[in-house]
Amino acid sequence: MKKLELSTSTVLPNGSGAAAILSAGIGAFMVGFLAVAADKSAFLKNLFIFYKPTGPLSGVTTSAILVWLIAWGILEGRWRNRTVALGRISAVALVLLGLSLLLTFPPVADFF
Amino acid sequence: MEITERSLSTLIHGMGFGALYLLACSGALVELYRRYSPAEANPLAPGDENFLKVYLVAMSVLAWLTVFTGAYIIYPWYRAAAPVGAVNLAAFPQRLLLSNAATSGWHSLGMEWKEHVAWLAPISITMAAAVVIRYGRNLRNHPQLRAAVLCFTLVSFLAAGIAGFFGAMLVKNAPVEGGRNLHLMHGE
Repeated sequence: MKKLELSTSTVLPNGSGAAAILSAGIGAFMVGFLAVAADKSAFLKNLFIFYKPTGPLSGVTTSAILVWLIAWGILEGRWRNRTVALGRISAVALVLLGLSLLLTFPPVADFF
Repeated sequence: MEITERSLSTLIHGMGFGALYLLACSGALVELYRRYSPAEANPLAPGDENFLKVYLVAMSVLAWLTVFTGAYIIYPWYRAAAPVGAVNLAAFPQRLLLSNAATSGWHSLGMEWKEHVAWLAPISITMAAAVVIRYGRNLRNHPQLRAAVLCFTLVSFLAAGIAGFFGAMLVKNAPVEGGRNLHLMHGE
């Protein structure tokens, strides 16, 4: 049986991965943040009705996805070939992800 | 044996896409943990590596299909406004749940949480797929990157699990019904 192992000697810079992780944290956070914002503000609730049958959920999620993809594009462009402080960036991304979980939980969102 | 069009759509959304995604999560977590561990001494065959990449891309497609069918096909049926004075609320699941204190929590907590938290799953797993495609076996050289990808994949599993649980309970308490009846088979 022919089993190949490709070389792992060429270590890719971590910037591209850091960009993906941080932007995913930002995107996830925006889902929670915009959901709370739309729930608390009648103006934003109306503004986020991109598709009437779905209501504000359409605008909240579409906007969060756009922020995520734009952030990913910008960070990828800046960090693609760089080695960055991944530990700190991962910590920020995971905090944003944790906050997104909290903000989407209705009893927590009701505190605002 | 019959099923309504809306029931079938809900079934495809929940069981076809959502449940399949949940099943796939455990495989992704195990493979991401095992294959790219810095302590893993076994070589990676290119075929094995490509399989995981395709697997994660398929999971991303499933996750996006789940949230888009949920938000743009099922949810409008669920939240449809009942006509003033309507007594039979069977065709208006949200109104039906809110009409009874014993079931209103399934909407105010269950659906309100599910409709937002579910979106963390496709965002997280798309990121995981992109990182694995970009780095592949190089992830063994980036333990922090691998750990972050694992955390996001775990949260995507959790988010999909929350959405799946409440989806099942919502269907149990106020099923989305309507549309044409589809005959599946004749009874005896």
